[in-house]
Amino acid sequence: MTTTQSPTAHTRSTSSRKGPMRENVLSRSAAMLIMGVFTIYFLTPIWWLLVSSTKRRDQFTSTAPLWFTPDSFVAFFDNIGRLFTYNDGIFGQWILNSVLYSGVGALLGTLFAAMCGYALAKYRFRGREVIFNVVLSGVLVPATALALPLFLIFSQIGLTNTYWAVFLPSLVSPFGVYLSRIFAAASVPDELIEAARLDGSGEVRTFFVLGVRLMSPALVTIFLFQFVLIWNNFFLPLIMLRDQALFPVTLGLFAWNSSIGQNPDLRLFVIVGAFVSIVPLIIAFLSLQRFWSSGLAAGSVK
Amino acid sequence: MKSTFKRTATAAALVSALALAGCTATSAEEPAASGECAPSDGPVTLTFTSWVPGMDQVVALWNEQNPDIQVEFQTGPSGNSGTYQNFFNEIAAGNAADLGQIEYDALPNFRVQDGLENIAACAGVAEASDDFVEWTWSQVTFGEADAVYAIPQDSGPIAMYYRADLFEQAGIAVPTTWEEYRAAAEQIAAQGAFITNFPKTDVNWFAGMVWQNDGQWFANDGENWDVQLTSDKSVEVADYWQAMIDDGLVSALPSFSDEWNASFNTGAQWTWISAVWGAGTIRSGAPDTAGNWRVAPMPQWEAGGEAAGNWGGSSTAVLKGSDHPYEAAQFALWLNSDPEALALANELGGLYPASKAGATLPVFTADQEFYGGQKIYEVFAQASEWVIPNFIWGPTMTQTYTDVSDGFGTALSGGGTLLDALTAGQQSTIDALKAQSIPVKE
Repeated sequence: MTTTQSPTAHTRSTSSRKGPMRENVLSRSAAMLIMGVFTIYFLTPIWWLLVSSTKRRDQFTSTAPLWFTPDSFVAFFDNIGRLFTYNDGIFGQWILNSVLYSGVGALLGTLFAAMCGYALAKYRFRGREVIFNVVLSGVLVPATALALPLFLIFSQIGLTNTYWAVFLPSLVSPFGVYLSRIFAAASVPDELIEAARLDGSGEVRTFFVLGVRLMSPALVTIFLFQFVLIWNNFFLPLIMLRDQALFPVTLGLFAWNSSIGQNPDLRLFVIVGAFVSIVPLIIAFLSLQRFWSSGLAAGSVK
Repeated sequence: MKSTFKRTATAAALVSALALAGCTATSAEEPAASGECAPSDGPVTLTFTSWVPGMDQVVALWNEQNPDIQVEFQTGPSGNSGTYQNFFNEIAAGNAADLGQIEYDALPNFRVQDGLENIAACAGVAEASDDFVEWTWSQVTFGEADAVYAIPQDSGPIAMYYRADLFEQAGIAVPTTWEEYRAAAEQIAAQGAFITNFPKTDVNWFAGMVWQNDGQWFANDGENWDVQLTSDKSVEVADYWQAMIDDGLVSALPSFSDEWNASFNTGAQWTWISAVWGAGTIRSGAPDTAGNWRVAPMPQWEAGGEAAGNWGGSSTAVLKGSDHPYEAAQFALWLNSDPEALALANELGGLYPASKAGATLPVFTADQEFYGGQKIYEVFAQASEWVIPNFIWGPTMTQTYTDVSDGFGTALSGGGTLLDALTAGQQSTIDALKAQSIPVKE
């Protein structure tokens, strides 16, 4: 075995000294180039948004679109100040609403998905696979298709145009359940649950003490997914909400944008507002990025 | 004036026929047009949906003065961007707002779908007909007897904004007819500029041009809708602008875009045929040109003519299923005729009132600094009187706009003509009406 293997290993290592090295440089620079192009492609609109938010209204058409003006710094804070005071500070309310819908919605949504996935993975009961398959098919139904039926149901119980109309549907995440089940099956050993039971721990306590901790990378992934999904959810609030004090920031900006004809000042507020509205998403991603990538990979391989 | 009267009479006949067709979809429980609009007992809370900026403050003013009829303000994106669909959803679910803002070109859609309450019997409504500009009132009654479906709110009479300084420097006379406008366009093109742009997405602007030419896009003979996008008058307008496009006399810049604003700001475009609300658009889009713009009446098809079109404008309608039509009608009347309310709606939302008295508010008689001190609203007040009163909108305008706009885009890029766009829009509108089981003549 060893005698036949070593020459092969040897030839492979000599050839690899030249081949893969060259390949490395080539493929690496190709990869860098492609990534560079895509980075520019994706970041240019954000750059434009940033630059545009530092301009006064009359500078939009008269100055370079992708570069700052001398008084950009002052103008930027002036714009932000005006944005947050326009119409009794309704914009701040919208941001707050979005944070509330997305933050609380994603937190509870993740908890429910984790409990559901954990139960489906760790308990054996009749109809388990049927339930799982039904949940799984829920992944395939786009949220947009459900908005109108939801409106009619919420109309029946008089909950349209309330906080609940957007909040309750946000708690459901079929994809989260799917991810939780896969992850619970892989990362929470049955022996550990058995040991906990022998030590006298109740099922609920076992879940919170053992399950949640072992599943935490997947849970962060689900939380981020759900957070972004709710933050960007536009159609459901559009159909459900009429009171602008309940609007999330996406709907608020859209409403402003559609009224630019009546009040040209709104153009500035839409641009600055759009920039401000992506800041929380950037913060959420950067701070949870570590967990996000590891959780996603773990879920897909196992 | 005689011709105006005749036109009105024809309009009334046409539109009452329209209403009959609409009524086939009406449920039996609709109250007879006479009576049945009594005040409710005790305090009432109404809901009102509008997307006009600052309308919440106008509502707050009403709430201060009327403790027993409180209005809850609701908002959303502009009508075609989602609010109309929301109204239809709500009407289907039975929880529509009491009052909603509806543009004139969307009213027939709501009428045909039976989404509006008839408030003709409510106190003060029928009597208000003389308080509003004639054409706006015919838009909200559809010419039906004993019927009022909304109170006119604002209007968009069209005139011509132009760069007085550039015209003077170039020694070009300000055009008063379309023929002169064309001649001016050639002279301006010789200087490397454009007289204006042809807006491919503003199909309702184009409708305003047809409107001025005393053309129609829709009619109704009592049973069937007749789609007339390719009527003679409409074709005449299309041919006129097609020739301008063919000869490179107009730009293809999309209206309201940055480039378009910049073209006004730098003097690359000299005129804009637009509605009264366009005054704010130019002021904010072309700040460097302050003092150089003026407003003149629209160019006419015949020398000495007195015709104008309209672009935009909306009404306050009482939506189907409202429990308090009486109170809702009172609010709608106040909202659109009270001087204080109208002044506030103009200041915050840029609305130009449909009420006759509204045109005499101080804000509309003042000199406009941006327009070199001209009293531009006097020109628009005159245009408002010149607007031909019988223009009829179809029941599927959103679809018509989209389809015609697609064709306009193709025409601008040289792949067809404006007439092709109208012909295609004609057919797709007929198809859309059929798809909704609305009777249509082929």
